Order: sequence, then C-alpha cells, then structure tokens
Amino acid sequence: MPQRTVIIGSSQGLHARPAKLLVEAAARQPVQVLLSIGDGRPVRADSMLSVLSLGAVAGSTVTLHAEDADGAERALEELATLIAADLDAPDPAVPGATDA
Amino acid sequence: MPDLLEGIGVSPGQVAGPVLAMGNPPVLPAVYPVTDVGEEVLHAERALTAVCEDLRARAAFATTATAADVLLAQAELAIDPVLRDAIAARIRRGQDAPHASHDTFAEQRAMFTAAGGFLAERAADLEDIAHRALAALLGSPMPGVPAPGHPFILVADDLSPADTATLDPTMVLAVVTERGGPTSHTAILARALGLPAIVGCRGALTAPDRGLATIDGTTGHMRIGVTETEAAHVQAHAAALRAGLSNDRGPGRTADGHAIDLMVNIGAAADLSAVDLTDVAGVGLFRTEFLFLDRTEEPGLDEQTHAYAEVFAAFPHRTVVVRTLDAGADKPLPFLGLPDEPNPALGLRGLRTSRLRPEILHTQLRAIARAAAGATADVWVMAPMVSTPAEAAGFVQQVHDHGLPTAGVMVEVPAAALRARHLLRTADFLSIGTNDLAQYTMAADRQTGDLADLLDPWQPALLHLLGACAVAAQDAGKSISVCGEAAADPLLAPILVGLGITRLSMSPRALPAVRTALARYTLAQCRRLAERVLEADDPAHARTIAATDVHAL
Repeated sequence: MPQRTVIIGSSQGLHARPAKLLVEAAARQPVQVLLSIGDGRPVRADSMLSVLSLGAVAGSTVTLHAEDADGAERALEELATLIAADLDAPDPAVPGATDA
Repeated sequence: MPDLLEGIGVSPGQVAGPVLAMGNPPVLPAVYPVTDVGEEVLHAERALTAVCEDLRARAAFATTATAADVLLAQAELAIDPVLRDAIAARIRRGQDAPHASHDTFAEQRAMFTAAGGFLAERAADLEDIAHRALAALLGSPMPGVPAPGHPFILVADDLSPADTATLDPTMVLAVVTERGGPTSHTAILARALGLPAIVGCRGALTAPDRGLATIDGTTGHMRIGVTETEAAHVQAHAAALRAGLSNDRGPGRTADGHAIDLMVNIGAAADLSAVDLTDVAGVGLFRTEFLFLDRTEEPGLDEQTHAYAEVFAAFPHRTVVVRTLDAGADKPLPFLGLPDEPNPALGLRGLRTSRLRPEILHTQLRAIARAAAGATADVWVMAPMVSTPAEAAGFVQQVHDHGLPTAGVMVEVPAAALRARHLLRTADFLSIGTNDLAQYTMAADRQTGDLADLLDPWQPALLHLLGACAVAAQDAGKSISVCGEAAADPLLAPILVGLGITRLSMSPRALPAVRTALARYTLAQCRRLAERVLEADDPAHARTIAATDVHAL
C-alpha cells in the first residue's frame, strides 16, 4: 500500500479550516486515502469526523496511506503537499485570523 | 383583525414586514417501524445533504468570516462519510432514520466529550448538526436564524450569543423575543445594530402564522395580522426616518458627525472583487504574506511590485496601509530559513525576522515604493511585532529612506503599548493588533482554545493599554487605528472611539454593522461609555456597561 509521511504545517494542526481543506481534497481523489498518526489506527482522510478525532497538532507527523490503484501516487503527493502547507495562514476574509 | 401584543420596548424604531421564527431544536418522534430499509437510508442521506447545503448557504450570509469558517466546517461534518455509514448501518439493523441519526450523533458526541480538550469543544457542533439533521428528517424548519433571502422580523423565545453570529442587520428588520429583559443579549445586540426590538413579548411566537406585523421598539407594541396597506404605511414612515439618520451608508461617523475612518483588512487585490468600496476610507491592513506562502524562494521585486500596485490601483486617493511581511517560527516560510524554536510566539517573528534576513525587508520596501510611485493611493507602511522605540526608529528610517513618507508600527506587544509615546517620536502612526496584544498581555497562547476567555478583547487590561496608546497618539497629533478582531465588534466600536481611536479596520463584511453601531452614539457618549468600561471588573461586566441605554449616558 503506497504511503507517505509528512509533518503538519498548519499552526492550528488538523483542525477547523485546515481539516476542512484536507477532507475536501481527499474526497476528490480517485482512490481511498487513509491517515494515521503514530502507531494509531488509520482513519479515512475524507471524513471530517475522523480527521478531527486524530487530534493532530502542529508539527506532528502523520502518515497517508493510499489504496494501491491508479492515481495513488498523485493523490499522496497532493494531500501531502496540502498537509505540509500552512493552511490557516492569513485568510484575507478572516478578521484577525493571523494579523494583529 | 390585527392583534396587539405587548412587551418591553428595548430598542427604538418602527418597522413592518413578514415574521419568521427562530428555529427551535425539533423533538425526537416516537419509534416507528421501517418497511423499506433502502428508502429509509436514502431518506437519511438526503436529510444530511440538505443540512450541509443549508449550512453552506448560511456561511455565504455570515456577518463575519470567522462565523463563515465555522459554518463551512460544520457543513463538512454533516456529510461525513463515517457518520453516514454509521447511520445507514443502524437503519439496516432495524432503526428508523430519526433514531439512527440521533443515536449515531450521540455516540460520536460522547466520544468527543470523553477525549476532552479541542474535541470536547466540537461536541456542541455535533449536537447542532444532530438537531439540524432531525429537523430535515421531519421536515421542520432548521434551527437557527432563518435565511429566507428577504427582510423579515425575527421572533424567538430568546436569542443566545451563538444565534446572533449569522444575524444580518440588512435582512433582520427587528427582533422580538418572548423572554428576556432590557439587559438581555437580544436587547444589547439590537441596540448595537440599531434594530428595533421588543423583549418579554408573550405570544410573539404565534406571529409567523399571521402574515405581516408591525413593530414599535419604543412602546413595545407588536401588531400581528396587519393589512398590506398598514404595513406599507409603517414602512414608508420608517424609511423616511432612516433616510434622515442615513446610518447604513456613507463614511463612518458618530451621531454628532465626528468622523471615524472605517477601513478594510485585505490580503490581495482579489479580495476586493465582491466588495463595495464606495464608503470605505481605505485599507487599514494590507497583509502581504500571501505572496510569500508556499514559496521556496522569496518572490522577486517585479512580482511584488505588481501585486502591491494592483491593490493601490483599487484605492485612488485613499489610504492603503501595508504591513510588511509578518512571518516567523509560528508561521514558517521555507525560504526564511529560520531555526526551530521551542516557543515560536515569543521568537523570531514579524519585524524580528529582519535581524536574520534584512534583505527580504529591503526588497519588499523597494517594491512597495515602486508600486506607490505609480499610484495615487496614499501608501503607508507599518511593521508587525515591534517591541522598542529603537526598533520603531530603525524601521521608520528604512521606510523613509525608500522614499515612502508615512511609516508606522503595529502595537502588539505590551512593551510597545507602554512606550507608545516614545514610539511616536519617530513613527508617523500606530496600529493596534488586538489579537496579539491580548495574547501577550494576558500571557495566553492564541492557539489554546481553553484560554479563550483571557483573549477576550473586552478584557479591561487590554482596553486600558489601547486607551493609553490612543492618548499618546492624540498628544502627538498622530493617527491611531485598531485592526484586530476587536474592530469588527459593533458593540466595542463606540468604546474604542471613546478611548480615542480614530480608525477602525476590519473584514469588509463587518463594516455595515460597525458603521450602524457608531452612528448611534455621540462622541461624548462614546467617551463616557469608555470611561465606565475601563472601570469594569471583567469582560462580562464591561459588556453589561456597554448595554447601558444610550439616553442614560
């Protein structure tokens, strides 16, 4: 099963907005992708509930597992990039999101 | 025949219009036998999809972007595949859709609560979605403020602070509650927004079935079942009154015409596409981080110049305050090459990054100066995370050296607030970032949800520092603004003005409510309000003081 390990880039961890963006991206993939933290049980990356339940904080390492099928590598690449990015970085529409 | 309902008028004004009730959580029906399991599963799935769509539609109407983000995250939970599968499994085991949904949500909620911390806070979100799902299954109205797409009079048993997150003053004509008194949240909010309101009005919840109603927020009278002619008469009268006040348009000002610059916070020119800039005094906070995100190398001079010029072009002859790059160990940018820090909020961030990488600030200032040279906008530049007068002086000198005449600093650190007078010896203006100033004043990490009460912008200690900065700016004859979350709070805006703040910068969506709230107080009233709030014991007490009837000031 193709895997990829990545460090969470968002300062809030996988909560709120970053979690929502990840879940949406995972749902768009042609293959099922799971997410695990440490030795924990992998959970569905396209489930907000599951992603939240990981309680993944900033800087922790998570592992993506893709179903071994066409598009797996690309799915891992896209989701790993997303997780590594600072997704709760300044959102223009959010008053005081990171400013101030 | 119209009926007269009597309550306590808590916010003056007369309106007429259709009445809609705040949706209450539906009641779980009795267990029923399922005859067609496949159809019952589909019934549950359709309900969850409807909840998701409703939440997304509400997000589009949310009055603050923070509220919109919360709603969008909730929308995602409503269509969660794990929840959906668990509900379907329960239905296949013989449960009806309402009970399968109820039990599944209850189970998840219990898990979240048991986990504690952040997840425990999300348990309330799950409860809210569970109520919505049940409403959708039963075909009852969704809980929360209705979003019919036309103006209406809102009636409710009572309103909680959470209910009001999506209350849009351009859609809600008036608020009437069955319970509550003159200091209830409903009364406070209605006065802040200038919406006519009646509380303690028995029978109000029967009004939605009776067609049009008229409200008088002074006498506390609600007439239900009125004719269209009567409603039109009241509306015409109200429109004439409103035109006289002209609260909902125009530049920001107090009731006695004292000008307050209302500005917007943006991150890029693209943010302005859907914003009506007619009455906006300019940009009070132009965050430049966007350009730098996800980059392995610093964006070049030309790319930066172009991006800044785009924003300046949108504000001919108006002020645009550019904040230089605000990154650091807490908001890492790969090309900065900053070391890992055990305590990033107290580390190399904001202006401090230029200790290690001065050339990045240099390039950015060059780009801002080039873009400003080709624009009519009045370009101001400020640095984030300044702690000492020496840092301020160094930055101001650099900005001036680049040919940019107006250089200021952000006050986000208590040390800077305490020395505001000294900062202003070189700085041309100050801008207060209340979120970080709260974090450093209260020694409470912004990332820690459990400390939200300490980060409340109504904390008297924070308001005290704001007031001290405002006095220093007034003495120096220089501009002082607030660009943190506090500026977007319509209840707090008159108090900030009373403390001496002359510019408020916020999300474009928050602007109408702040404008309306400000226009309700004279400058003298704002000052009396601010004096009293500074004496408050805590944020709750401060809010109670803010709820004082304007005429008592």
